[in-house]
Amino acid sequence: MLNRIYNWVDERLDITPLWRDIADHEVPEHVNPAHHFSAFVYCFGGLTFFIVVIQILSGMFLAMYYVPDIENAWQSVYYLQYEVAYGKIIRSMHHWGASLAIVMMFLHMLRVFFQGAYKKPRELNWIVGVLIFFVMLGLGLTGYLLPWDMKALFATKVTLNIIESVPFIGEHLKVFIAGDSEIVGAQTITRFFAIHVFFLPAALLGLIALHFIMIRKQGISGPL
Amino acid sequence: MQKKKGMKYVGDSRIPAENRKPNVPKDYTEYPGKTEPFWPNFLLKEWLVGAVFLIGFLILTVSAEPPLEKMADPTDSSYIPMPDWYFLFLYQLLKYSYASNEFIIFGTVIIPGLAFGALLLAPFLDRGPERRPLKRPLATGFMMLAIASITYLTWEAAANHDWEKAKAQGQIPEASIDTEDEGYKIAEANGCISCHGSDLAGNGSNPSLIGTGLTAEEIADIARNGNGNMPAGLFTGSEEELKIMAEYLANLKEEGK
Repeated sequence: MLNRIYNWVDERLDITPLWRDIADHEVPEHVNPAHHFSAFVYCFGGLTFFIVVIQILSGMFLAMYYVPDIENAWQSVYYLQYEVAYGKIIRSMHHWGASLAIVMMFLHMLRVFFQGAYKKPRELNWIVGVLIFFVMLGLGLTGYLLPWDMKALFATKVTLNIIESVPFIGEHLKVFIAGDSEIVGAQTITRFFAIHVFFLPAALLGLIALHFIMIRKQGISGPL
Repeated sequence: MQKKKGMKYVGDSRIPAENRKPNVPKDYTEYPGKTEPFWPNFLLKEWLVGAVFLIGFLILTVSAEPPLEKMADPTDSSYIPMPDWYFLFLYQLLKYSYASNEFIIFGTVIIPGLAFGALLLAPFLDRGPERRPLKRPLATGFMMLAIASITYLTWEAAANHDWEKAKAQGQIPEASIDTEDEGYKIAEANGCISCHGSDLAGNGSNPSLIGTGLTAEEIADIARNGNGNMPAGLFTGSEEELKIMAEYLANLKEEGK
């Protein structure tokens, strides 16, 4: 039955080349933890991606309740955490997942760095990887404000002061991000929300796609 | 894809009707060592790792509650800010004299900029063919230095942070206020809640009325005669009402204490 469905689609769309391309790539012995236990260091990148998927899914559920507004943001998070069934677990996944993503990404970066895997011909993939790192830090920074509790507000004020200290463009940058040169309020929360939920995830998915396409093109770096 | 003469296509599409690629795995016998196919052999193992990781992660999520402090109050000027832990090292850097005040640009732009810039351009800074860490001492050395600095700065920030106070300053006030109580209604009628908040938990520099530790007589005195910034004569009710309200406020306890 499944085969007949596959053949029906394949006759019309010729999906076999696409599917074989995904399925047929050889995994060399030196990255396979089943053969060398020390190869677990090659898992960090994949686990980072796994957490990114968790973050996107849990974030989608958080967005069902969250209201990006100074009156209701905190109330909606409080409601989600203490009233909604399993809401606490969803928020917990998103909160701890953010920290864990940073940890896993850092470990992955150290693995690539100390193995010198960023050397020719993989320079571009390293750069894309570091850009992913920056985007993830940006996601952490913007997500911190959204619950609109005390630590969110005051940490964001510090962040904005830091941004303001950048020479020449600091003032403009601050107004661009916070929506006002003085007030951290309604404008700030909607902007951070838009950046956290639309701009940065879009950038992240694009960069991750590039990252993976480059790995498939070049293959994984050989053993030391 | 260009259509070739003599080829048959599915309808008017560009999909060839014959000689389609057979759906069979590649031959891996020519590959060195114990190379194995990604699908399905390796993916199954990856899923095992993923499943173990997920179990650990879920245990963490159900056992550690995500923190939520009280609602943001911009008027609280005494609050000590704290970023998420992975930004602590950048935050700590700004506390040193060579990276703050007139040198703030070193702490906010130059030092982090150099570090992250070097990270971004690592392939162009470390261009030799050697890959082993010990054979490229400069790259390894700088990375070790960066890790040591980040660890030290994070440690210093965490060690110098007053965690007890931080926990107290953000706590959600948790007294369940019975707004139907006669004492609450008198407080409402006399405008107490316009400064001390409708939850009586205080507001900015106006103190909380919950768990003050004062006796009913002391509260009644403050309501009549004021205290600190609070002027006298705000309470305009009768002596009887004052007694009811003072009793009510003196008996408000913080939950869990």
